[in-house]
Amino acid sequence: MTKIVICGVGGQGIILASDVLSLVAMDEGYDVKKSEVHGMSQRGGSVISNCIFGKKVYSPLIGQGEGDILLAFEKLEALRRLPYLKKKGLLIVNDYEWPPSTVASGKAVYPIDIIQTLKDKTENLVHVNCVKIALKLGNIRCTNIVLSGVIAKYLPFKQETWLSVIDRRVPKKTVEINQAAFCEGFSNVACL
Amino acid sequence: MSDEREEIEDFSPFAFRKSLSLPRQRRGVVRFCTLPNILMGESMKVFMAGNEAVARGAYEAGCRVACAYPGTPSSEILENIVKYKDKIYCEWSVNEKVSLEVASGSVFAGARSLVAMKHVGLNVAADPLFSMGYIGATGGFVIVTADDPGMHSSQNEQDNRNYARAAKIALLEPSDSEEVRLLTKIGFDISEEFDTPVLLRLTTRISHSYGIVNTEERKEHPPKGYNKDIKKRLILPAHARVRHKIVEERLKKLKEYSNKFSLNRIEWGKKDMGIITSGISYQYVKEVFPWASILKLTLTWPLPDKIIKNFANNVKELFVVEENDPFLETEIKAMGIKVIGKERVPITGELDTYKLRKAFEIPTEELLDIPDIPSRPPVLCAGCSHRGVFYAISKLKLIATGDIGCYTLGALPPLNAMDTCVCMGASIGNAFGLELALGDKINNKTVAVIGDSTFFHSGITGLIDIIYNKGTSTIIILDNATTAMTGHQDHPGTGITLMGEPTKKIDLQNVVRGCGVEHVYVIDPYNLKETIEVIKREVERREVSVIIARRPCALRIKPDKPFRVIPDKCTGCKLCLRLGCPAISIKDDKAVIDKFLCTGCSICAEVCIKDAIV
Repeated sequence: MTKIVICGVGGQGIILASDVLSLVAMDEGYDVKKSEVHGMSQRGGSVISNCIFGKKVYSPLIGQGEGDILLAFEKLEALRRLPYLKKKGLLIVNDYEWPPSTVASGKAVYPIDIIQTLKDKTENLVHVNCVKIALKLGNIRCTNIVLSGVIAKYLPFKQETWLSVIDRRVPKKTVEINQAAFCEGFSNVACL
Repeated sequence: MSDEREEIEDFSPFAFRKSLSLPRQRRGVVRFCTLPNILMGESMKVFMAGNEAVARGAYEAGCRVACAYPGTPSSEILENIVKYKDKIYCEWSVNEKVSLEVASGSVFAGARSLVAMKHVGLNVAADPLFSMGYIGATGGFVIVTADDPGMHSSQNEQDNRNYARAAKIALLEPSDSEEVRLLTKIGFDISEEFDTPVLLRLTTRISHSYGIVNTEERKEHPPKGYNKDIKKRLILPAHARVRHKIVEERLKKLKEYSNKFSLNRIEWGKKDMGIITSGISYQYVKEVFPWASILKLTLTWPLPDKIIKNFANNVKELFVVEENDPFLETEIKAMGIKVIGKERVPITGELDTYKLRKAFEIPTEELLDIPDIPSRPPVLCAGCSHRGVFYAISKLKLIATGDIGCYTLGALPPLNAMDTCVCMGASIGNAFGLELALGDKINNKTVAVIGDSTFFHSGITGLIDIIYNKGTSTIIILDNATTAMTGHQDHPGTGITLMGEPTKKIDLQNVVRGCGVEHVYVIDPYNLKETIEVIKREVERREVSVIIARRPCALRIKPDKPFRVIPDKCTGCKLCLRLGCPAISIKDDKAVIDKFLCTGCSICAEVCIKDAIV
């Protein structure tokens, strides 16, 4: 059983990314469960989604210290959700800063050098600036699928399955750019 | 937000084509979209959320009528049922009580009907619920309650299983999406067989978790037709006394059924540890104690006493694992069975595998520690039409009794513009009560703040009370023309039904005037000067007044040209930060506006005393 925690800020496309991941696992013949919370968290709040696949999945929720992979769409959120990752788990973080309202209003300070802190705390860290890649492709909104490409590198699924799920799941007009985003994310990790 | 966003314009939208190296596509081989194939009635595997599975189950069961008032985590149930609108009539009712009453009417006529609501919604609908417990169900009647352990989006974590016991009706607790679909269907069958409403209890983690569901075809159940039967449906005391006896007999028969119900099942493992569980907790138990003997209860009211006793007699040590209230535990203890439950399993909050391991002192992974980091609370969106009103309330230092919706976020810093929030519709009565208790000390200082959908839901009755009882309160209705918090559902003021049909738009001004309010003013909350003036004037008035602050939800309009800060004029006074707009931040002691977030609402420009925002 593989447990993946996806986290970030409401509006970053986390739900879509975890949908894609779940459907890929389902297409590859695994049992899958996915869990997320709607409501308050959508208003620019901290968002978390759980995706679990394996031969047979029971709990749809990942407890603290149980995540095999933590896929963070934002640096501060990576730090916040770190307790969900196993000590030897894989942390993939989008090297991107989105200051929360508490920071924007000057009430709190955004922690400095989070990547270094994460390096010190975890054994397996991959950090990629997926926003930069998405912008290079022409749309910041495909950042989530660039991140899907990155995580795909570490999962046992075929690239064709990913691309076919993206084809079915994203809005028709954006299929091409999202598939390109996936490929960019996928090949980018290779050169790390 | 960040500089990287600014770069967006420098890139050709086709730049990505250069790096394109894709394998050939297999288009349309597998369908994810639940709609087209499913509607044809094919049996197939679909990845579904629990709420979607309720809709699917209702469709397959031949349900005819479905009603709801939206509320997290239940809102998506009706949003999915509407996909089958050619087979199922569905509506957003004005509130949960009405939704249960409409569905009850259809049940009288023998049509399979469903209502869905969040846990606190069932409090609103409790009156007809208890009556329907006596009246029974001629057509199958499934009442869905979506409880919220952990209070992800609610004011309490009440356990609605208690309602089934109190109303003496059958209770089903599914533990994943496939079971949700199945139990929705079985619920209709039980309902008709035993002449009882059936309470289908979901929790947030069931409603919003996805799993693989095997769909089946719809089986039609045409309405049985209406037969007058006043001894059954007109519950005068004389009739109800007879009905109560029938209800008690019904419970006995249901208990027999519960003892034979195949989904109340024992999964034998090692017999030194036996665990009784239900709902989502079953999944946590299976993962944490794969070796233990488990009694998975699915029809949990009335409880299958024989199965429980048999299980208890065959295990060395017996535990109950359930979220929130000791519902199963109390009943099992009342059977004289020794069992450990809340002594170990927490009564507050949502359960998960980690917490369960901790509760049973099973070693867990050492957790990665994190330093103190800034929180990321949800905020009113950039351009939110409520912001102007809250800024005015904050500036005028008013006491604001609040209500339930996105606008409850106005209570958070820096606006701090709300004092109370009790339940749907409470703001108006609360304001009146404050006034009664404190008299002159509080007059000229209070306002009730309520959303448009919440006003229709249960604010109207409060307003009538104030007028009838000669109050002088000021009520602000935040009219953003939608039910925003739960995902933009229509309501009586929008002119569109859930089934997408145009309908009579109920005009707030006419309603308020019709109730007898003479001072009714419509303001534009983007016009800060007017907003402050009108609110100030009306709180001082010794008569009831209603201010309707009207602007569509910012998430539903095309943004205007964004504002920007002229750095030379900005003195860094941070006055604009008092609006709590996510588009405004401070960089190098000057305000900056994120042009992608800014919707051009203009409020910050009105607040700026240096004319630095244009």
